[in-house]
Amino acid sequence: MAVSAGAPLRRGALPFVAWIPKGRAATLAVYIVRRLLWMIPVLFFMVTITFVLMHLAPGGPWDREGRQLSPAVVNNLNIKYGLDKPLWQQFVLYIWGAVHFDFGDSLQSPGQHVSTLLLESWPYTFTVGAVTFILMVPIGVGLGVIAALRQNSWADYSALGMATVFASTPNFVVGIVLIIILAIGMNHLTQGTFYLPTGGLPQPWNPFQAELIMPVITLGALPTAFIARLARSSTLETLRQDYVRTAWAKGLKGRLVVTRHVLKNSLIPVVTALGYLFAFLITGSFIVETLFSIPGIGRTFVNSIESRDYTMILGTTLLFGFIIALANLVVDILYVFIDPRVRLTD
Amino acid sequence: MATAVGVAGQVDWEVPEQIGLWQDAWVRFRRNRLAVIGLAVVALLIIIAFGARLPPTDGGLWHLLHLTGDPFTQNVTNTYALPSLQHPMGTDILGRDLMARVFYGASISLAIGIIVQFLVLAIGGSIGMVAGYFGGRVDNLLMRFTDIMYAFPDLLLVLIFVAAFGPSFWSIFIAIGITNWVNLARLVRGQVLSIKEKEYIEAAKMTGSPPMKLILKHLVPNSLGPVIVTLTFGIPAAIFTEAALSFLGIGIRPPEPSWGVMVEDGYAGIFADPLQVLFPAIAVALTMLSFTFIGDGLRDALDPRMRR
Repeated sequence: MAVSAGAPLRRGALPFVAWIPKGRAATLAVYIVRRLLWMIPVLFFMVTITFVLMHLAPGGPWDREGRQLSPAVVNNLNIKYGLDKPLWQQFVLYIWGAVHFDFGDSLQSPGQHVSTLLLESWPYTFTVGAVTFILMVPIGVGLGVIAALRQNSWADYSALGMATVFASTPNFVVGIVLIIILAIGMNHLTQGTFYLPTGGLPQPWNPFQAELIMPVITLGALPTAFIARLARSSTLETLRQDYVRTAWAKGLKGRLVVTRHVLKNSLIPVVTALGYLFAFLITGSFIVETLFSIPGIGRTFVNSIESRDYTMILGTTLLFGFIIALANLVVDILYVFIDPRVRLTD
Repeated sequence: MATAVGVAGQVDWEVPEQIGLWQDAWVRFRRNRLAVIGLAVVALLIIIAFGARLPPTDGGLWHLLHLTGDPFTQNVTNTYALPSLQHPMGTDILGRDLMARVFYGASISLAIGIIVQFLVLAIGGSIGMVAGYFGGRVDNLLMRFTDIMYAFPDLLLVLIFVAAFGPSFWSIFIAIGITNWVNLARLVRGQVLSIKEKEYIEAAKMTGSPPMKLILKHLVPNSLGPVIVTLTFGIPAAIFTEAALSFLGIGIRPPEPSWGVMVEDGYAGIFADPLQVLFPAIAVALTMLSFTFIGDGLRDALDPRMRR
């Protein structure tokens, strides 16, 4: 999987800054600023594509199943939300608002700001995502490294087999199988703890509630398997390197060889993939939150797509884009610290 | 391969027999048991998919696949039936035979998964090729565009696109095509950049080959292996996207029995009949797994570094 650092590292990429300080910390700072600036065109492009696509579509937010709203009402609604203006004007107004962190009112929840609605659903998505992220990295790396250290043993084969199956099983299948086993098959045994699909997530911020178990496994199975496969193959490659043989030859203890020489290098591809996996967690939230009735951002987004809530769609897209760009930035900065070969200037 | 055989006729017999890239790849592909199983499953699915779409007047295959019932015929007196001899996977909420529907669903998933790769190849291949070949300003512009597309999560853009152009087979098809080309474009560009520096390209340029001939005769054949592998891995991804969209209620619309639609239908009644959601879910997972195995096999077979 080719995951690149995203923004280019070219001289003169900061057009308005003539003076660029020297030194490693300063270079890093400049790099971060550059990357933050690069986010602006990315987010702008995302909003533009989304905006154009939404307005290309036939139909609008006031379409109703069955009885339609009267033309006068639709007209008034259009005036109220500025949808009667020419498209370019709407676009400029939206961008102007977004620059001032005003993302408008939701079209389907009258009188509610988009930002309020997003803030309300954020804790649910964050809790599920954060728990998944915190668990998937160590579990995936652990499985992969253990499998590689005992290559061709039963531990290796079972870890690799599981990782291969889970890496190509869609998340909704994992979720459904979990529901059938835990919530239906073992409902008596588990005292109804997992009697979910209609239950949702009762407490937004609590990372220790039992209701999180199924969503987290559903969301995390694929990325964990992906990390395990990656960690296994990169560890195998590292183990074959000359410096590892040297480390063994000079009589270093096994654990030290692994922690000091092998792990550090075999983790680099995993770190590279983290940005990609982060985006995966976000799109995974669409499915997981629909599957388990969690009132998070993913479900809000799917609902607003169905109901053509333009402002909600744009706001959510911006939020997702921002989170992913930020995650990629963090990954790239981590990269600099893990891999000393990475140089920030060319 | 023909040239390889021709050359082999003239060479010194001390040199071991030469085999072409594809022959060699096939030999190594066959050694990978999982890949062969995956290929067999996919071949079976393709037959099923074609059979399910045959016009009903045809006997033979169509008849065989519709032994248990028709995917669209409702029977409200026999809903949520458990698996039996007549209905090996039971029936759904409207009494339609589930097995016939799973068979029919194969045609939608495979069509999206496989055919969309041609669109991905056309977009990603040409963008990567142009960027890598011409370099400079063109490369810069195209790669910045690719970076931006990369920052856009696939499923997010596909959702917006399908919402805009209405939920239909073709809008899903195009949406997947215009979002999934990014990896391929990067790969092709990298390949072209590395091949461009090789001596035989320089030699071809010096003998006065026009750019089009350079691309078709040298760049395309030499970067084919990794491209095929990437496209193969794109198939399960596309199948997943379609199923996920349909599951979210934004993809293929009922009554068309896409696997995603069937999962959504079955999920609504999961407590009444868990089997109903399980069969299409397993069908999606199995299909994706088979393509992944094929991809793994192809990668090992086509990677020149793995040659013995």
